[in-house]
Amino acid sequence: MKASAFDYARVESLEEVFALFAEYGDEARIIAGGQTLVPAMAMRVAAPALLIDISRLEALQGIARNGDRLRIGAFTRYVELQHSPLVAEAAPLLHRAIPLIAHEAIRSRGTFGGSLANADPASEMPACALALEAVMVIANAEGERRVAAADFFQGLYQTALEPGDVLVAVEIPVAQDGMQGVIEELVRRQGDYAMVGLAATGKAANGMLSGPRFVFFGVGDRPVLATKAAEALADGPISPEHIAEAQAALAQDFTPLGDIHCSPATKAHLARVLLGRVVSRLLEHR
Amino acid sequence: MSAEGKAIRPAATGYIGQPVPRPNARRLLEGRGRYTDDMVLNRMLHVAFVRSPYAHARILAIDTEAARAVPGVAAVVTGRDIAEICQPWVGVLGHFPGLKSAPQYPLAVERSCWQGEPVVAIAAETRAIAEDACEKVLVEWEELPAVVDMQTALAPETPVIHEELGDNLAFGLELKAGSPEDAFAKTAVVVEETFSFGRHTGVTLEPRSLIADFEPGERRLTVHHATQTPYQMQDVYARHFGLDEEKVRVVAPDVGGSFGLKLHVYGEEMATCALSILLGRPVKFVADRLESFLTDIHARDHQVRARMAVSAEGEILAMDVEDVTGIGPYSVYPRTSAVEGNQAIRLMGGPYRMPNYHGVLKVVFQNKTPTCQYRAVGHPIACGVTEGLVDMAARRLNLDPLEIRRRNVVTAEMYPHTSPTGYFFERLSHEECIAKIEAMMNYSSLREEQARLREQGIYRGIGFATFIEITNPGPAFYGVGGARVSSQDGCVMKLEPSGRVRCSVSVTEQGQGTETVMAQIAATHLGVKLDSVTVLTGDTQATPYGGATWASRGAGIGGMTVLRAAQALRGKLLELAGIILQRGPETLDLREGVIVEADTGMARMDLAELGRIAYFRPDTLPPDFHPDLTVARHYVPQGLPFAFTNGIQASHLELDPETGLVRLLDHWVVEDCGTILNPLLVDEQVRGGVVQGLGAALFEECLYNEAGQMINGSLADYLLPMASEMPDIHVDHVSTPTQFTPLGAKGVGEAGTAGAAAAVMNAVNDALAPFQVSLAQMPFTPERILRALGKIPSS
Repeated sequence: MKASAFDYARVESLEEVFALFAEYGDEARIIAGGQTLVPAMAMRVAAPALLIDISRLEALQGIARNGDRLRIGAFTRYVELQHSPLVAEAAPLLHRAIPLIAHEAIRSRGTFGGSLANADPASEMPACALALEAVMVIANAEGERRVAAADFFQGLYQTALEPGDVLVAVEIPVAQDGMQGVIEELVRRQGDYAMVGLAATGKAANGMLSGPRFVFFGVGDRPVLATKAAEALADGPISPEHIAEAQAALAQDFTPLGDIHCSPATKAHLARVLLGRVVSRLLEHR
Repeated sequence: MSAEGKAIRPAATGYIGQPVPRPNARRLLEGRGRYTDDMVLNRMLHVAFVRSPYAHARILAIDTEAARAVPGVAAVVTGRDIAEICQPWVGVLGHFPGLKSAPQYPLAVERSCWQGEPVVAIAAETRAIAEDACEKVLVEWEELPAVVDMQTALAPETPVIHEELGDNLAFGLELKAGSPEDAFAKTAVVVEETFSFGRHTGVTLEPRSLIADFEPGERRLTVHHATQTPYQMQDVYARHFGLDEEKVRVVAPDVGGSFGLKLHVYGEEMATCALSILLGRPVKFVADRLESFLTDIHARDHQVRARMAVSAEGEILAMDVEDVTGIGPYSVYPRTSAVEGNQAIRLMGGPYRMPNYHGVLKVVFQNKTPTCQYRAVGHPIACGVTEGLVDMAARRLNLDPLEIRRRNVVTAEMYPHTSPTGYFFERLSHEECIAKIEAMMNYSSLREEQARLREQGIYRGIGFATFIEITNPGPAFYGVGGARVSSQDGCVMKLEPSGRVRCSVSVTEQGQGTETVMAQIAATHLGVKLDSVTVLTGDTQATPYGGATWASRGAGIGGMTVLRAAQALRGKLLELAGIILQRGPETLDLREGVIVEADTGMARMDLAELGRIAYFRPDTLPPDFHPDLTVARHYVPQGLPFAFTNGIQASHLELDPETGLVRLLDHWVVEDCGTILNPLLVDEQVRGGVVQGLGAALFEECLYNEAGQMINGSLADYLLPMASEMPDIHVDHVSTPTQFTPLGAKGVGEAGTAGAAAAVMNAVNDALAPFQVSLAQMPFTPERILRALGKIPSS
């Protein structure tokens, strides 16, 4: 389990990245925290000719609030997100999600942008990005563009990133007053990929939820926004019957894909259980 | 003579029973361990393997030309190349009549019989280059039908893996005692269940690794090897490569865990030695984690149909079991893959007075990774089946699970006792263990709490498992069957000129503290301070011949060799001191490293002075007196073919009926390993063993698809028990020393693993009892629990 030989370049500017992409094409890969790519290379599932190390790029660093948007540099490591008061205030969902990611050593190295660009459907970050209606800031040699999370995740490890693109930052609308963020996942061991996970936002008042977004992960080829379930909770104070309707409505939102530990039926059941628990938590302001 | 003048009292028990820490623990924690992979030899090559992608396939052609052309590649060899210098092996032994297996080669020759079997070996300047070259080897395969399901392995329509063997039955055994048919016919209560155990593996922190270093001039082979059994491997290497035994040296440096899996013969190890012999250069192999999952021995792949006859009063009258176990395509060499099943069906019902028994064992071939001995061989199977049935009977009769055990265990006045399967128990302590665990876990209030919480919709379960444990195996284990696996051990002990003591012993250290225990015994029986004893293990060139460490024999057997050597050296030291001091040796004693007057304790001289005179001024001694300050002693296990320990475990857990997730709350163990030599190390053995058993109960399982492909060969997908999921493990002891040795120690390595999974199973079923469902398939995954609860459709 040793990677095949590769070249390595630590770049100082985005222009250098674009130049290297122009030279190497899809033989070049960006390395951020390396928590997915390095094991993949060791297993020889990935064998890039060139690794572009973006850890020194200023443009990809930092967490800042610009008016009603929180801007998080793509190279921000999980550990930085976890300890940022700005993130805790402006994106409580993200703040709560970080401790669920793998283990401390991985959180010390892994990056926010790396997880989004990798688009593992069982990961927490893509689901949070979708729940928070994040916008990806993408740069290439031609310029910069913005892609909404809903359009960014396109399938199993598939995103809107094109060859030559660099994910530079993520913009997240700052949580308005009363906006809650809750994440729960069902794991057999702490730090594992969830059997089923649910990242949710919503505003609770008087037993009602306004504008809830329920994003499930670990159920398909990408994070899934459960709109039918949200609709079932739209009218009036939420009763146990409403929750049961929302749980039943999940069948219209998605049919889970199974994995080696869980059949689709198990995942569908667990998704219903999680929805019930997360709605209760949102209503309890927890 | 600095020691002169003060009085030293005799020590009562010396260091026996003292919680002395391991001197090597600090070194290992500081990262200064020296494992095989830390060693770099001049001109050393690294080997990587091309492996079979199929569970069963014929090799039509192998094209190695492109691989040979990769710069940095020293050799590319196939099964046929290696077969020319290495004799194949067959994993059978005479004391398992009818056991059959096919000749096995280091690399597959005509066919591969499991996914991951090595086919081509490539030695290169680096492992990465060797892996580059592996990608360039072209093997033309003809895929053959694979035998995957052990339940149909013997069906007439199932292909036979080794045609020359006639069928896929490797070994069969039927045991009968008393009149089980009568018991089942006459009793009112019969409980019946089919128990399934997940195939799993050992997962040592340090993977299998070795460096083979062949020197062609004198035809010497030195193997630095992460092994439990240096002498067994010396014998294997010498015989299979046609080398003189004394020219083969096996050295085990620091070894990072073994659990039984580092004493089997593996193709990779043999191929690595073969490459070194062919090239005359050192060659290193370190298994990566995927290779470990595909080629380290697996274990516990059993399905057992079992029933138990119980009287209306809860007396266990009989058991009837049929155990089918799949062992992969070969019986593993040299200890065979019949041992696990053999122990499983002989240990059934072991703690109980049950008079009637019928057991059938079918050991079948299949196209999966070979299985063999892993910690607590066969015990978790027997314990799971027996304890599962006992709880079913208790539930049927509305008896408390502790009460039914109390009514059935072999009681104090019955010893010595022979089980219906022929196991001989010198003296066990089931009743005391049950009483102790009941108090320790505060059983009655735990039950009250459980009832209270159930009303709130919280489902907790309490489960017990009584167990017996086989330890201290003698020649009956392997030697009588023709295996060159030694059952005796040896110790060489010498006084250094400094007055310190060096002890070389044939039992080995894999992180469990063997060397510490040996030092405690040496210091105690010599009469010296613990820190003046250095222990050396794991080198066939520097230690006496012996069986080494497996089956919980290190303390009981290895300890006795040290005890005998210490007593002998002590006699020599006192004799010499008597001559120097011109007194009878019987008037002297050795205490804390000082020669004292036996009656007064008055110090006369220390051992450094004794060493100085013996080694540098022997001219001051009488003519013709030759101080023998090096002694050697061996020890052969006496009295019993193997020893038994016993104990009981309890699990307390909470089950979420909505998600099927189980949270372990507490685990208790009371066990009886005889004399406790070092309570720290004994408790570590118990806790570590329990964790492996908890892994079996909730997490660990080698998953295969219909084509015989292992689909979870990584630490992300094969779930090991991790610290965050582990409960507090409370350990206490009863001590019934064996009377067959002055040491009294019986061994403790298997105890935790033997019973932990069964205790969890019973606790899971206790938690599920209000739903009128139960489970008998390990591990207890959320999906299996949800299916039992009817939350999701059964598959």
